[in-house]
Amino acid sequence: MMVFNRRKFLIKHASWMLIVFLLLVWEMICVGFNVPEYLFPAPSSVWASGVDRWQPIMMHAWQTFFTTLVGFAIAVVVGVVLGVAVGTYPIVYKAFYPLLVGFNSIPKVAFVPVLVVWFGIGTVPAILTAFLISFFPVLVNVATGLATLEPELEDVLRSLGASKLDILRKVGLPRALPYFFASLKVAITLAFVGSVISETVASNMGIGYLMMAASSSMDMALVFAGLIVIGIMGVVMYELFAWTEKRFTRWANRGVNNTAI
Amino acid sequence: MVFVEFEDVSLAYEEGGDLAIKDISLSVKQNEFIAVVGPSGCGKSTLMKLVSGLTEPTSGYVYIDGRQIGGPQKCIGMAFQASNLLPWRTTLENVMLPLEIVQPYRSQLRRKRQEFEAMAMALLERVGLKGWEHKYPWELSGGMQQRASICRALIHKPQLLMLDEPFGALDAFTREELWCMLQELWQEQPFTVILVTHDLREAVFLADTVYVMSKSPGQILVKRDIDIERPRPLSVTYTEPFAAQVHVLREHIGSIRQS
Ligand SMILES: Nc1ncnc2c1ncn2[C@@H]1O[C@H](COP(=O)(O)OP(=O)(O)OP(=O)(O)O)[C@@H](O)[C@H]1O
Ligand SMILES: [Mg+2]
Repeated sequence: MMVFNRRKFLIKHASWMLIVFLLLVWEMICVGFNVPEYLFPAPSSVWASGVDRWQPIMMHAWQTFFTTLVGFAIAVVVGVVLGVAVGTYPIVYKAFYPLLVGFNSIPKVAFVPVLVVWFGIGTVPAILTAFLISFFPVLVNVATGLATLEPELEDVLRSLGASKLDILRKVGLPRALPYFFASLKVAITLAFVGSVISETVASNMGIGYLMMAASSSMDMALVFAGLIVIGIMGVVMYELFAWTEKRFTRWANRGVNNTAI
Repeated sequence: MVFVEFEDVSLAYEEGGDLAIKDISLSVKQNEFIAVVGPSGCGKSTLMKLVSGLTEPTSGYVYIDGRQIGGPQKCIGMAFQASNLLPWRTTLENVMLPLEIVQPYRSQLRRKRQEFEAMAMALLERVGLKGWEHKYPWELSGGMQQRASICRALIHKPQLLMLDEPFGALDAFTREELWCMLQELWQEQPFTVILVTHDLREAVFLADTVYVMSKSPGQILVKRDIDIERPRPLSVTYTEPFAAQVHVLREHIGSIRQS
């Protein structure tokens, strides 16, 4: 009994323990080998720097958070609309797919200069980069969820005289929901990547900009503090969507994740 | 009165390709219970699709209630080998699904939801699923899912019930139990039934008329009336006339195999 509980405890807190462990190793390496702070600051000095510049970090973090969420929201809307179209109409699928795949292969950072020419530096290119980088997974997942609908389920409704819209509403969309929620987790992390990339290249606001500015003044502790803030925001949003996913699509993971909750 | 009528119906899934069924003519009377048996791939499911209007015949005509079929029908309930319940809906919500689609229930649903729910609950209770209404399909056993699936096929009071091997995936005990359940439902409130099955005992036990189909391309080889008195208790399956009927059908199937 004791052993079992300890195992459970370990599984539950494994992620925290790993983080603490890695921080300790990091600290020991920096202190032990006497690594200069302008190359690789120890966690303690990153922490100190973070506490010290709390206010500017928060301001920039808020900016990044805002641009990411706006870009992400646009991505969700566009992704769902296109995904429904692609997943429902074979003709749209045929027409769009090569284009979309090609578009997705382009590194989104390549768009930033274009966006800067069009919209100037600042918030707009960051929002658009976040959008560009994150709408594709949403689109693909929604389309897949709709396109892989079992023909039998469709037949059940069709034999009742259901219209195409009825089938979409009653079966298609509910069935695509788990795919949709799964894509949100991927999309939100990608959206952070997009906005931070854009900020490092073309902005005077946001965590990306803060890190760029700090690295040019050799303030490595602040750069790492910025990295960690992005990481934390990413994890929090990911967990938020993971939680929503679990809540709304319990039927899709019946029994599978029971132990992991 | 004839309810479903096939007139020289043939169907090829691909244009100019092999026929899946060929020159089928049969007629089903109102409230008659027919069973279709035949080797695998002979076109039994195809027959169902034609009646439900999901596919159109390549040649020939299918009539329901004197009208030629064009497109999906509304007075039909269907159940398949897989229960095809929607996993995100509870059993009750699954059973209510047709009411959200078929008129006149559809437009009355908002006003009469309580009444309709009571109707669905009563039907579920009737098939022994009381207490399971708010469970999800995956929390039900295979037999329970199939019961729910049959409820869903019947909730909108269709005139025609089509069953495509609905008991095929179940164990023998559950299967016999559901035979009796189906027979009772049918006798209480008659409707026309077309049952596709592999199981000759099932066909003889349930049907008024059994049709035997040939190997692909499917044709009707034999039409056999089962004149065993109703209601048929399970014990009838151990009687001489029953065994004789099954035996005759088995011989027909056997001769198809050899040819
Ligand atoms: N959607 C389809 N497209 C092309 N051919 C099909 C399709 N559905 C069935 N067929 C063909 O039509 C023939 C009859 O198939 P059907 O599903 O009606 O057989 P069945 O009698 O129901 O068989 P089983 O007893 O195994 O369910 C088969 O030869 C099959 O290959
Ligand atoms: Mg079949």
